[in-house]
Amino acid sequence: MIAAGIDIGSTGTKAVLFDGAIRATAVVPTGWDPAGAGVAAFRQALDAAGIAEGAVGRVVGTGYGRVSLPLFDKKVTEITCHARGAHFLHPETRTVLDIGGQDSKVISVDAEGKVVEFAMNDKCAAGTGRFLQVMAGVLGVSLEELGSISAGAEPVRISSMCAVFAESEIIGLLAKGVDKGRIAAGVFQSIASRMQGLAGKVSVSGGITFSGGVALNPAICRAIGSGLGAEVLVPAAPQLVGALGAALVGFEA
Amino acid sequence: MSEVCTPTLQEISGLRERNAISLKMAKERGKKVVGTYCLFSPVELIVAAGAIPVSLCGTSPTPIPAAEKVLPRSLCPLIKSSYGFALTDTCPFFHFSDLLLAETTCDGKKKMYELLGRMKPLHLMQLPQVQDEAALEYWILELKRLIRRLEEEFSVQITPERLASAVMLLNEERRSLKALQDVMKRKPAPITGIDLLTVLHNRGFTVDKHEAIELVNRLTAELTELAERGVSPFDSTTPRILLTGVPVGVGSDKVVRLVEELGGSVVCFESCGAYKKVDPVVPGADLLRSIAEKYLRIPCSCMSPNHGRLSLLERLVDEFQVDGVIDLTWQGCHTYNVESLSVKHHLQQGPGTPFLQIETDYSESDTEQLRVRIEAFLELISARLGG
Repeated sequence: MIAAGIDIGSTGTKAVLFDGAIRATAVVPTGWDPAGAGVAAFRQALDAAGIAEGAVGRVVGTGYGRVSLPLFDKKVTEITCHARGAHFLHPETRTVLDIGGQDSKVISVDAEGKVVEFAMNDKCAAGTGRFLQVMAGVLGVSLEELGSISAGAEPVRISSMCAVFAESEIIGLLAKGVDKGRIAAGVFQSIASRMQGLAGKVSVSGGITFSGGVALNPAICRAIGSGLGAEVLVPAAPQLVGALGAALVGFEA
Repeated sequence: MSEVCTPTLQEISGLRERNAISLKMAKERGKKVVGTYCLFSPVELIVAAGAIPVSLCGTSPTPIPAAEKVLPRSLCPLIKSSYGFALTDTCPFFHFSDLLLAETTCDGKKKMYELLGRMKPLHLMQLPQVQDEAALEYWILELKRLIRRLEEEFSVQITPERLASAVMLLNEERRSLKALQDVMKRKPAPITGIDLLTVLHNRGFTVDKHEAIELVNRLTAELTELAERGVSPFDSTTPRILLTGVPVGVGSDKVVRLVEELGGSVVCFESCGAYKKVDPVVPGADLLRSIAEKYLRIPCSCMSPNHGRLSLLERLVDEFQVDGVIDLTWQGCHTYNVESLSVKHHLQQGPGTPFLQIETDYSESDTEQLRVRIEAFLELISARLGG
């Protein structure tokens, strides 16, 4: 059986086709139309695999846009999906860190990849992908550049967790002539300490896997690893972990 | 989930409006009204003084913006809502109250009561925050001070006979409320948690206690009969949730609604308006002491230590066959927010029941984030139940 997992996030929409192994993947921007993005990602993955829609046995949706698609046979939260996806890629995973576009979470999982407990950020953009985007915007660089300019720089301390307050703080630092690279490193440090705080709410143990689009940035991965004092496993395509988990739920159903 | 409806459920849904009218009529007949905010109010004394005790409004977000003109925004929504209702004169029960009865439970409330006392006569009881002998002696003195206030205010005498009959009446009320909530021990529960909450909430505004007890008894009989026939909006696989933590009522019920919308069944409320309330006065030789004992042992998070809440929770998790515990805490409610960790550890070390803390307020702004958390919590429970 071929199962599809579609993860409609606030920023990106991801699709994975799975038939015992990953057959194809796709990533498209969510934009203003989550339903359209879900269909587009699904079609793109089908094209990449060279199979027809009818060949797919089950379609499982996840992500904040999961409510908006009639295509789905089943809907599962991103918490369950990230746990399943991360456990499939790294079976030693007992803790999943996920930073998405508008939220971040820490999930503790058992030996079978089942969720034991989890914690999520409160209603605010602190420590999320959106926080990074806003800060990159203030510094006038792209997200990729944010990582490269931070390389080797001594992080400056950014005390505001709130995206709005941190923005003013950074404007203040720029006015004082602080180097952009140091500010970028400070932004990563700030996200890492936010994740550390969140991790304190659940029992963190065993292998730690970092999923979500933000994990594409090596500087953040390093900051989080050193913050937690542990090695952090980063999948080759961390942004696809949720969609993979959804496909696994469909495949095993 | 298909709704279950009975004649008495329907009757109770319109109770709050009708009660405001009967309260006005009682006032016109010369009856005195005492408004209360909290379970610590010794209602027996009010009843023995011949006055009508009524719960005051504080569970709706509507008057919060008005309250925020005076109170700090970071205060808990319950305190802001209560104060806002008073300020805007939009709670009929506050409007008709001759006297407000309040207690020094949490810091936010006791300072808010200082402001509230400028609007209406208010009697503040100094509540000890520990449950030992010395505290009990002090609390008995506070009950005596309340008796004097009620006697002076309403020119009545609270005789031992009137006190004894008030204890009997309120114990009967507690018995009826316990029996009603115990119907939810049936698997599956015959009604939704939101229906139960609505009943408990609306009933709090009743003027005639005898009538209210009769109504609750009637509802319990109807629900027992439904349960016996196997009628339920749920099935035997629906995850059964116990809600603990801060007070909830109609208007501050978004978490209850979300749980049931997402496929759970709230079978028990371990909160002030619900199961914490059913503990009776155990009449001894000194009735006033028995009353004081009953109120002082309420397991509220303002008490330190508060072991009573943990043992009550453990008992309810077992009796109601609970699959998951949700600890609802309001933003700015320091006592419940901090105590949440003790609850989590107690459950982890004891029955191992899955646990989720939710910190929120009365607004709808975080509904989508809450939906993800609650849905994931229910998935986690279903995965456990499924093996």
